[in-house]
Amino acid sequence: MSTVITEQATDTVTEGAIRIEDVVKIYDPDGAAVMAVDHCSIDIPAGEICMIVGPSGCGKTTLLNAIAGFHDITSGSIHLDGELLCGPGQPEAVPGSDRIVVFQNGALFPWKTNLDNIAFGPMMAGKLSKQEIYDKARSMMADAGLSGTENNYPGEVSSGLRRRVEIVRALMNDPKVLLFDEPYRALDSLTKSVMHEALLEIYYRNKVTIFFITHDLEEAIFLGHRLIIMSSRPCKPKKIVEVDIPHPRDYSVLTSQRFREIMNEAKDVVHEEAQKAFDAGEKEG
Amino acid sequence: MNIKNFRSKLFSRAALRGLIAIAIFLVIWEVGARSEQLFGYRFPFLGLVPPPSDVFVSWGGLIGNPSYWQSWYMSFLRVFGGFTAAMIIGIPLGLFMAVNKTFYGMYFPTFEIMRPIPPLAWVPASIIFWPTQELSIAFVTFLGAFYTIVINVLGGARSINKQYLQAAQSMGASQWDIFRRIVLPATLPSIVVGSAVGMGITWEVVVAAEMISGGGSSGGGEGGGLGFFIWSSYVGGSYEQIVVGMISIGIAGYFSSELLRQLGGLLTPWLKTR
Repeated sequence: MSTVITEQATDTVTEGAIRIEDVVKIYDPDGAAVMAVDHCSIDIPAGEICMIVGPSGCGKTTLLNAIAGFHDITSGSIHLDGELLCGPGQPEAVPGSDRIVVFQNGALFPWKTNLDNIAFGPMMAGKLSKQEIYDKARSMMADAGLSGTENNYPGEVSSGLRRRVEIVRALMNDPKVLLFDEPYRALDSLTKSVMHEALLEIYYRNKVTIFFITHDLEEAIFLGHRLIIMSSRPCKPKKIVEVDIPHPRDYSVLTSQRFREIMNEAKDVVHEEAQKAFDAGEKEG
Repeated sequence: MNIKNFRSKLFSRAALRGLIAIAIFLVIWEVGARSEQLFGYRFPFLGLVPPPSDVFVSWGGLIGNPSYWQSWYMSFLRVFGGFTAAMIIGIPLGLFMAVNKTFYGMYFPTFEIMRPIPPLAWVPASIIFWPTQELSIAFVTFLGAFYTIVINVLGGARSINKQYLQAAQSMGASQWDIFRRIVLPATLPSIVVGSAVGMGITWEVVVAAEMISGGGSSGGGEGGGLGFFIWSSYVGGSYEQIVVGMISIGIAGYFSSELLRQLGGLLTPWLKTR
């Protein structure tokens, strides 16, 4: 069954395979070395929705930032489609429009309208004419159910809509990888469930590799092809769970037998790590 | 803004409350100022002040007097001259300190030592420095707004959400794009706030500077400004005119701030929606 999933993920998508090899990240504030990521290796095939599940403060975001190019790694290497992003001789990746982050608190520019936000990436790239960019932006917004909010500022729409605008803004860059840093953490569970289906819908239309950080197990199983359950700090993969529920999925999946089985399989590991993190007194974040 | 909109604003509940409050204030003032005639007992403080009716009569006499309007004009000129200079120098300086660590390290300590010096403490020194009285008043006015604007711009530019910068960088924005499209608009609200506060200080400073320096190059009279208007009314013993001068400054300050608020609102349309 799991081979079916992998095929499903990869048959239409050829770009966006991430290879994380033996990555170590040691923070050294004030000489007190803190290991955030410990010899972490993850292979993500192109087009997979890979859910990184772990307790708060375990170092997941550190890994995401390294892929995005926001900070360096101490050792190891990260490749995107065989190309070195960071590693020996290149400790810090260069941020690029092939890897776009959807941030935890959202990073839409509040002074730009939704439409201008969405057009920002292509405008910076300068490959298309302004007319082409705005036409594309409008049609992408329409596809994502955002018609009518083009001229609103992000502050004028609900947080759920803002997240959708941000995902569309990311997709406008034709990225190979989308990096989600707990984007739905602040949303209530009802909005969340709507957002999950909306995200999958967008994904089915624009298949890219998704690296999605969360500590919500239900969210992880509902969205992901695969769960990488991380240990508490320092962060390294502890258990990999294949979610062999076929895509496209909708919310009826949540009550299925298989969903509960996977939930049970993953829950104990997650709980154990959460307990460890709690005992260690890790800070949120 | 169309007329209907303006009228509904004028007669809104809040405006009505404001008008009623002003009316009550005027009545208390009038009764207090005439307390000796009315009750044979002079109220403390209020009993010493000319009543508003006398003030309005005196004001009525001044409305047609060009030298009164000349005072308005001179003070406005100094305020906007000093304020504009403070914006032109202060905003780029604040932004540059925010983006350049070396410059920040070099300049910020000096800035912080100079900042607490009240602009009025500069009056004697600036009279010595500058060739004309007019320039010394403008300089002191400039100082009033300058520090506030710089500190606000600096604070605003330094507290930009780092993720805005990261997002822009990921989407291929160049250093210049990041400055122009992220740093600048993200700092705009702080620029507006700094300017509004700076404008208030400018009015405080200009009036005091006019009083101290005797009203500018022409030595009072025509070139006096509202500060000198008050001072010469005091010297001339016309207490009604002192109050006229004070209220004039209040009105001038209100219109200056309102103008800035409107401009600021136009520059930061996204904040209206909050």
